[in-house]
Amino acid sequence: MALNRKIEELHERRQRLLMGGGEKALEKQKALGKRTARERIMALLDADSFNEYDLFVEHDARDFDMDKKILASDGVITGTGTVYGAPVAIYAQDFTVAGGSLGLMHSRKITKIMDHALKMRIPLIGINDSGGARIQEGVNSLAGYGEIFFRNTLSSGVIPQISVILGPCAGGAVYSPALTDFVFVVDNISKMFITGPEVIKTVLGEEISMEELGGARIHSEVSGNAHFFAENEDECFEKIKKLITFIPWNNTRKARPFDPSEPKKEYDIEKIVPDEPTLPYDVRDVIKAVIDNSDFFEIMERYARNMIIGFGRIKGKTTGFVANQPLEMAGVLDVDSSDKAARFIRYCNAFNIPIVTFVDLPGYMPGIDQEHAGVIRHGAKVLYAYSEATVPKITVILRKAYGGGYIAMGSRHLRADFVFAWPAAEIAVMGPEGAANIIFKKEIMSSDNPEETRKLKVEEYKEKFANPYVAASRGYIDAVIEPGETRKFLIHSITVSENKSIQMPEKKHGVPPF
Amino acid sequence: MRKFEDLGILNINSSLYKTRLTNKYTNRKPYKIEDPGLVLSFIPGTIVDILVEPGQIVKRDDLLIVLDAMKMQNHIKCKVNGVVKSVLVNKGDKVPKGIVLLQIEQS
Repeated sequence: MALNRKIEELHERRQRLLMGGGEKALEKQKALGKRTARERIMALLDADSFNEYDLFVEHDARDFDMDKKILASDGVITGTGTVYGAPVAIYAQDFTVAGGSLGLMHSRKITKIMDHALKMRIPLIGINDSGGARIQEGVNSLAGYGEIFFRNTLSSGVIPQISVILGPCAGGAVYSPALTDFVFVVDNISKMFITGPEVIKTVLGEEISMEELGGARIHSEVSGNAHFFAENEDECFEKIKKLITFIPWNNTRKARPFDPSEPKKEYDIEKIVPDEPTLPYDVRDVIKAVIDNSDFFEIMERYARNMIIGFGRIKGKTTGFVANQPLEMAGVLDVDSSDKAARFIRYCNAFNIPIVTFVDLPGYMPGIDQEHAGVIRHGAKVLYAYSEATVPKITVILRKAYGGGYIAMGSRHLRADFVFAWPAAEIAVMGPEGAANIIFKKEIMSSDNPEETRKLKVEEYKEKFANPYVAASRGYIDAVIEPGETRKFLIHSITVSENKSIQMPEKKHGVPPF
Repeated sequence: MRKFEDLGILNINSSLYKTRLTNKYTNRKPYKIEDPGLVLSFIPGTIVDILVEPGQIVKRDDLLIVLDAMKMQNHIKCKVNGVVKSVLVNKGDKVPKGIVLLQIEQS
């Protein structure tokens, strides 16, 4: 039958293209410890859910012998599928085809799927594994990148955008991940930089390896370009799938609710925070003590560790958490931790995710390097992000909240909806030692026994000011609650603010200190 | 209550906090006030031309050294008025970033 032959022809054409760059190239990919583009898509999406588009797209470049080259699917695989039932748009660059390089048709395939994602209002996942621009296609490659970056920006805050760096991502190509919401990197596989080691050596005479310059560890620990670090591709895919369960499909929906569950018994909230305010604890234990199943999905775990951000669920509903980490640099606010918190707050605000803030910090980090690095304008980002956010904002002051730190960490003044404080909270202009030294300086200096007087004054200050009651007397906090009541208060606050609706003054957009 | 290791002390406003310290913090270099009499290379490159010699009187904006870097002839100009105390490089030298090229005694 003629149709049978036609169907056979379709199968043959498909089979050839499914081989990508061919047997040898696929072997080479495996030898590098990397999965192939198709394997990656299959590993990430639900079984049998992948619908591929543009399998038969071909380039029509003629310069530099390009007309003699047959490039399967022009080096990128695009389509839609589902992750735990949630529809997603996905593209994966195929390193086995011309090094995954981006030419005009390659970029058209990507922009087409990006347009689909925006139109259908579904998340976009981009798997980057490419040598960069296809030099033979010249300016067309640059045009291709430009069209991608514009769409990343257009979609920003409308649909979730996830970038996975599973190979080289160099030169202009890095800007797409940088414009997306979450960047995933894998140890020894991700390589991200604007100029590579060879150029740096030639132009500046400085020597460095690819891994040290822009490997997974560098981006998750030092540069802050990556949000999630994985030891291998499998772990990476599990993390992506988990992230998707926490976020909504687009900015008009809320994240999918789960069945509520209780925190694990092993996290006893009353046994976590030490009495002595200068001793450390891991604030993640506090978070785990109040969220469903103690399942905390931390984001940017390895960067600016003095600030903790991530997702948890409260009675089944996705909630964003921002918390100072006393275990690291006393939980101070500084340049990097301000950036980390501010962007996450804006992400939650864009995607209808309520924000819970746990406060325990001595203030901003003093120091010349901090000042010169612009802690002023970076710190301002936190104030801006909290103020601008219209999602429900719930703050719990666990222990210290001094000075500017008190204001910045989701205070009533930045329009937090509910502010609670634990009984040992110290809401004050500064710590008792510092305050006593300044306010009672004269008395201490003129005393017969300065050390005794100083100790007395510190105690006096502690009694009068280092507590939650002064702030409570002004209504700056809503209630002083016992640690054991925290989850109850969070559940109630989240329930009550389900339909929160407020308007900001009309403007095109603000001008935050970028 | 959990026990934590590798704790150091961080002094914030006279309160001493027991906490983990970052490498960046413990390895920080003490701040050095810039000495305008020291002329440093701001980028790695090659010395193409030296236009002054020890003992020469110089004033602000005088051209001191031409440094080839990033495909450009970079002009290193004088920031103070004074006398050239010493020239520490030669024409043709390949220099890294941040080394002293010459010293000026300010007047």
